[in-house]
Amino acid sequence: MSILTQPSSTAPQRAIDPNLFTWPAAQPALLASRCRDCGAKAFPANPACTACGGENLESFELPRHGSLWAWTVQRFMPKTPYHSSETEQTFRPFGVGYIELPGALRIESRLQEGDPANLKIGAAMELVFYVHRIEPDGTEVINYAFKPV
Amino acid sequence: MRVAIVGIGIHPFGRTPGKTGMQQGVYAARQALKDAGVQWKDIQFGYGGSYSGGNADAVANELGLTGAPFTNILNACATGGSSLLAACKEIKSGEADIGLVVGFDKHARGAFNAHPSEYGLGDWYGEAGLMLTTQFFAMKLQKYMHDYQISTDTLARVAEKAYQNGALNPNAWRRTPISLEEIKNSTMVNDPLTKYMFCSPSEGGVALVVCREDIAHRYTDTPIFVSALTMRTRQYGAFEVYGTAVELEDVPNASVAASRAAFEAAGLGPQDIDLAQLQDTEAGAEVMHMAENGFCEHGEQERLLLDGATRLNGRLPINTDGGCMANGEPIGASGLRQIYETVLQLRGQAGARQVQGNPKTGYTHVYGAPGISAVSILQR
Repeated sequence: MSILTQPSSTAPQRAIDPNLFTWPAAQPALLASRCRDCGAKAFPANPACTACGGENLESFELPRHGSLWAWTVQRFMPKTPYHSSETEQTFRPFGVGYIELPGALRIESRLQEGDPANLKIGAAMELVFYVHRIEPDGTEVINYAFKPV
Repeated sequence: MRVAIVGIGIHPFGRTPGKTGMQQGVYAARQALKDAGVQWKDIQFGYGGSYSGGNADAVANELGLTGAPFTNILNACATGGSSLLAACKEIKSGEADIGLVVGFDKHARGAFNAHPSEYGLGDWYGEAGLMLTTQFFAMKLQKYMHDYQISTDTLARVAEKAYQNGALNPNAWRRTPISLEEIKNSTMVNDPLTKYMFCSPSEGGVALVVCREDIAHRYTDTPIFVSALTMRTRQYGAFEVYGTAVELEDVPNASVAASRAAFEAAGLGPQDIDLAQLQDTEAGAEVMHMAENGFCEHGEQERLLLDGATRLNGRLPINTDGGCMANGEPIGASGLRQIYETVLQLRGQAGARQVQGNPKTGYTHVYGAPGISAVSILQR
């Protein structure tokens, strides 16, 4: 799994979901929504407010830095719908956690760290982007993750 | 008016090759009818559900096509609770006097592989490897252990108790005690949870015959009454299964809401409960659900488990039949298994695992994706 903090490859790329984060961008960021009526926030951005059901929403970029709020390590390769370029032989355990983003939300994310010894609740974390899989035509599918600073 | 449970039936949990989930449901239904001493033709309605075993109403193909209304209910881990809730409402409304509730399932081996779109989530969530309930329980627990100083030994004690109780339950799947060391040293699945701290999808069936309180004595000398039955779903901002975002300020989860509502409806408090069945998808879930359901303060579990307070002879026996860890989790049947066990205990018919002291009031709690919980309070 390679870390891409910015587009550097010559291969074609696409985001794992076009609405999840800005890509390509000089400073890619996760996209959330905020309700103009009640102020409730959602990540990923939602077509309606998940608190009041209102449809008067605005989009905003989430902070790129936060702290680790909860975590675990995924030790076995998930069944489908998991879709990566790994095989049972090449699979390596990956971290999963919630990152507390100040003034925004606690959001769920893969972690660019699979060793429990390096995961501490409260530790500073930063947003990174990585190639989650490579499609048969060579397109790199980009996903977000957080890693300890 | 309360609703009475006058008949109970169960098909052993675990793996039963050569028998469909539906056949296990039929088996449980026949047992429940026999237990109540009632004929299927006298049953005025049915509610039931199954996640992987087919339409519950098809049990009538073997019980007899009487033409009675039968409604299929599918509501994740609360499938059984929701079926019983619908049956209770039907009886309380005066529409019917007596009905059947049935739940069964037969799942493939290994973790469930739900699809994001079923939950209104984007495909990316599953592709990225986040669509696993086990991760949620592990993350919630990791944080809980950090916040309230719960040790791995406490998790192992919960699992050890589950297999001990399972060994005393002829209908349980895992009936061999496992030592603390073996539990702690088994394969790590999702840190801090090892293989033997998790339940697995399995098979089984449970059925109940329920009726009006005032006619219960026609069917049994030991009716058990539903004093409260509540179901709640997730609220905005709470930390729940498959939640992509959580609010910065803590919001009570579905279990807390369902529990509070149940105690209020019954006019009872946690101190009135003699035994409890709490969702134990994994050992930590039981620990956290003890506090979320009001049975202790957060962090008190460390001492309670050390003291054996939740063992069969403890102050508040929990998961007396071995829970999900010893029985596995056939989704459609799992919540009804808790009801079955509680009825058995309140009748005084639980055999080798009978809780002493003539328990009068029992409590059941389920929790599952995507943040849904059902709680019942049952009384003699």
